[in-house]
Parts: sequence; structure tokens; C-alpha cells
Amino acid sequence: MTTNAPNTQLVPADATHESVTAQVADIVFKRPVEKGWIVGFLVGLFLLNVLLTALGWLFFYGVGVWGINIPVGWGFAIVNFVWWIGIGHAGTLISAILLLLHQEWRTSINRFAEAMTLFAVACAGIFPLVHLGRPQFFYWLFPYPATTNMWPQFRSPLMWDVFAVSTYATVSLLFWYLGLIPDLATMRDRAKSRLVARTYGLFALGWRNSARHWMHYKTTYVMLAALATPLVVSVHTTVSWDFSVGIVSAWHSTVFPPYFVGGAIFCGFAMVLVLAIPLRRIYGLKDLITDKHLDNMAKVMLAAGMTVSYGYLMDASMAWYKNEPYDSYIYTNRFGGPYSAIYWGLIVCNCIVPQLLWFPCFRRQTLCLFGIALVINVGMWLERFVIISLSLHRDYLPSDWAMYYPTVWDWLLYLGTFGIFLTFMLLFLRVLPAISMMEVRELVHESQEQKREAANSR
Amino acid sequence: MNEALTSQNNLASPVWGILAEFSEASELLDGVTRLRERGYTSLEAYTPFPVEGLSERLQFPRSPMPWIVLAGGVIGGCSVYALEYWINLDVYPLNIGGRPLHSWPAFIPATFEGTVLFASLFAILGFILVCGLPRLHHPIFEIEAFKRASTNRFFLVIKSEDPCFEELSLRDSLRELGACGMWEVPHV
Repeated sequence: MTTNAPNTQLVPADATHESVTAQVADIVFKRPVEKGWIVGFLVGLFLLNVLLTALGWLFFYGVGVWGINIPVGWGFAIVNFVWWIGIGHAGTLISAILLLLHQEWRTSINRFAEAMTLFAVACAGIFPLVHLGRPQFFYWLFPYPATTNMWPQFRSPLMWDVFAVSTYATVSLLFWYLGLIPDLATMRDRAKSRLVARTYGLFALGWRNSARHWMHYKTTYVMLAALATPLVVSVHTTVSWDFSVGIVSAWHSTVFPPYFVGGAIFCGFAMVLVLAIPLRRIYGLKDLITDKHLDNMAKVMLAAGMTVSYGYLMDASMAWYKNEPYDSYIYTNRFGGPYSAIYWGLIVCNCIVPQLLWFPCFRRQTLCLFGIALVINVGMWLERFVIISLSLHRDYLPSDWAMYYPTVWDWLLYLGTFGIFLTFMLLFLRVLPAISMMEVRELVHESQEQKREAANSR
Repeated sequence: MNEALTSQNNLASPVWGILAEFSEASELLDGVTRLRERGYTSLEAYTPFPVEGLSERLQFPRSPMPWIVLAGGVIGGCSVYALEYWINLDVYPLNIGGRPLHSWPAFIPATFEGTVLFASLFAILGFILVCGLPRLHHPIFEIEAFKRASTNRFFLVIKSEDPCFEELSLRDSLRELGACGMWEVPHV
């Protein structure tokens, strides 16, 4: 049923090609700018300055400003890296996997979800770089002919991560740009001023909407989606290998790749909702980002949440079943150790609160959905904290045990990355069409055809 | 203005083509089919979104994009694997816990990423190349009404290089096919 007649709910009944195009393009062309946008942008700029301050002090003083120690060498930097990159995955999932599965409801959310991916990956990329301690030598990670005659070590998962994340960032950007080309041409054709038209025209590369261009476009787009699909799975799998290939007792587990990917989708969809709900309210896009879209995203979130919960359950039961003291101590420590509040917090946020999504009334109440999505984002951040820092603080040698307390610089750097995210997201809303106009026009066309067929058969 | 166009010499034709506007995708599809039947070959259509079946009716050759992407993937995968092999066996062999130097499973993740990266780069660059982009200037952009092609109008061009090109009869047949506007597109 949902696959046969979704169009009637995804676009308004009286939508025309012109009306949907104007609705999206006007977000950019409309003057004056909304007050909400200006306030958000100022907040973003403020946070961006927080980031610059945190980075400046870090570069001046070194990683000693953070709370990391031995044994907890991986603190906030790695937690935040995994959290941000996981958020990015929902964008690729929506744009690539749902495209291959012919899920038409992806259409009006894919563009800004892809933008979210790019900015989340940009935020994520900062952390491993600054965590290097000597970030000016980051390029040593790449295989290039150096006068030192040193080359990277390809048996290390950290090396795989460099390849995975840099490829992911590049491919996400290419995929996003390819989808933008026809829409940039639309913006070029609708721009009132010559300068604006020329700027869009330059980036549209002279796209003419010709049948020949469309033929190549569609083939290329589907192929990029087919490439991005295994890529997105591989990226978070590689991230999880950073841990599971290591010998730290709590990390050395084969359940990591699938439940890391599940967690990425879970958290990413929550972030898409956190962005989509205010977006459609501020810009009055309720007939393009409909309740049906939110409902579907909530369902995906519920499914991913169950996957993650299953992962927690398996991880704990394996630790118990192995009957091996180091492994079972991990859970003794998680359940009742000094960080147990964080562990139980993650269980509440990721396993219990999402159960509300079984009930349609919670999925349809946007404010409620927004709250649940925020809780899930917090929960997934706690999960990464538990997996990364908590697993390290009590390792094999009790003489090594130590607590990890983040310092104010840890917090400011984390907070500062929201500055990148918010600023770039708002700039994107200001200058680029936030919804794929061309795909919505296609959807309108299909729904008109369906109506015509229905009228004819009657 | 049509007196100037009576010349049958296509090379000397003062126009690049005739542009016809349709308000419905179905009219455009019908128009393309009918003109193909009458022997026109230099046709091009412009639509605000990809219209199902249009490229088949225009009888375009199949898109070479799958082959370009495949080539990119093969080149990327092979070169990254070769790079890893060369580095870890030849120029910088490292003994990591007594593992074999050619520990191929460890080389797979980077090989996979290289495959995807090169396939995607080839996809985008190949797409731009086969579309003949970037081309910021084109005769068709001279027509002001053509801007609607990116919103809600469907356009058909019959280029003057077509051996059947004869403007007067063409205008009649396009009107008959339901075109709601017609323009001469000049050369630029």
C-alpha cells in the first residue's frame, strides 16, 4: 500500500511544477531574511569563535589541555569524532539507499540531509587531526613519496580510517554536487539579478535540462548511489575496527561493525529530524516535508534503535557467557562503577525512550518527536563515551586504573564544532535550494499522471 | 522574416534551430515520436525533470557512463592494492608481530575505498565530459522563454543541420502537434 500510492501524501494535491519550484527557490530569493535565521546565524558565529579559541589554545599548549591521560588516551576527541561521523551517515542513507529502494519519501529531505552529512563529516574530521598532537604532520598519514622514505602501515585500522573517511567526505561532496547541478540551473533561470544568475550559472556548468543530459544524469546518479551505499556501511565499519581490532577487552568484539552502523543510522535520523522539524516550521514547508516524512523517519529510527539495543544486549550477554574475568568486569564496571550513571543514561536514552515511537500519537506530535530525537542524540553520544573512554579507564592492570574528567577545553571544542555545523547549515539554506526542486517536480508529474490514469479508468 | 529562411542549404542556414514549446510532457513525447517518424534526426528535447521514455524516443545511443564508472573502479582498486603491495613488500617492509608481509586481508579496506573513490571521481568527471559541460554559452540560452525549461515547460529543438530541415513546413507541423510557442534560435 505504501509503495503503490504514496504520492498523494507526499505532495499537496494542488501542487504544480511552478508552485513547488517557487516554494523552494523563494527560501533563497525571499527578502528580508527571517529573524530566526539571523538569530541562528549569530549563535553559529559565536560558537565558531568558541571553536577557534579552543583550537588556538590547543595548538598553543598541546593536547595536555584536555582531560586525557594514560590509560584513557582516547577521550572527547574520539567520542566526538565517532558521534559526528555517525550523524553524517543518515544523509547518505537517505540519498543513496532509499533511492535504490525506490522510497519516494526521500525526495524532499535528501538535499539537506546530504548537506548535513558534509558538515557533520567536516566537524568529525577536525577531531582526529587535532588529536594527533602534532596536527601539522597530518599529511604523513597519506602515502606520498617523502624524503624521509617513510610510508604508512596498511595493516593498521587507523590507516584504513584515513582512507575511509577521506573517501567518504569526497564521495558525499560529489554526490551532493551532482544532485545540485539541475537545481543550480533552475536557480540561474529564476534569479532576478544578472550577477546572481551568473554565479549560479557558473556552478550549474551550463546545464540545459536537455534530454541527453538527463539520460547521463540519471545513470550517473543511480551509479553514485550504488557506490555510496556500500561506502557508508564500510565507513562506520572501519570506524568500529579502530576499536574491535585492538586488544582492549571491551573493544575486541565482532558485534561492533553491525551495531556501529545501526547506531550511526539511529543517531543520524535523529539529527535529520532535529533539523527538519524547525526547518519546515520556519519556512512553512509543511506540504513538502509532510507528517508522512516525519512518521517514516521515526519508524526508521525505531528500527535502528532496536538494532542498537540488540547490540547492547549481545555485548553484555557475551561478556557474561565467556566467563572470562576481564570481560565480565567490563560490565560489572558499567553497571555499578564510577561511570554507571552514564551507562544507565544511555540505556534510558537509546533503548527505553525510543519505545514511545511505537505509538502513532508520539510520531505525529512534532514537538514530542523533536524531543525524542534530541534525547537519542544525547544517548548516542553517551554510548560512544561508554564504549571509548569507559572501556579504557580500567584496563588489564589495576595499577593503571584512572578516572577521566573532561576539562573545559574538551567541552568548548565539542561545543565549537556545533558552530561549524550551524553556520554552514544556515549558509546552505540561504544560498542553495534546501529541497531538490527537480525531484519534487518529478514527483508532482508522477502524481498528476496517476490522477489522470485514475480518472481515465473511472 | 521567413523569406530569408527559404534556402535549403543547411550549412548556410542563418538559424541554429527551431525551438518549440509544449505545456505537457505527453505532448512533447508525441511530438518527438511524430517527428522521428517523418525522418527528422537532429532533435533535442529540454524538460524540467527527466521524462520517462524520452531518450528512447529520441533514439539516443546508450549512455557510456556505466563503462566509465567501471573503468574508474578497476583502475582505483588495482592501483591502491598495487600501492599497498609495493609499499609493504618493497620500499618499506615492516615486521608487525611476525605477520606475513603480504597480509592481503589487511589491504582490502583501503583497496575498497580506492575503488569507490576512483569510480565516483570517474563518474562525475565522465558525466561532465559526456554532457559536453562546462559550456556556459549556448545558442538556446538566447531565447528568453527557454528559462521555463527549468520550471514547467517542455521544449523541442529541431536543429538546422537536420537534412529534413525546412522551416515553413516544420512550423506547420509543430503547430499541428500542439506547440504553444515557437522561436528561431540564432547561431552564436
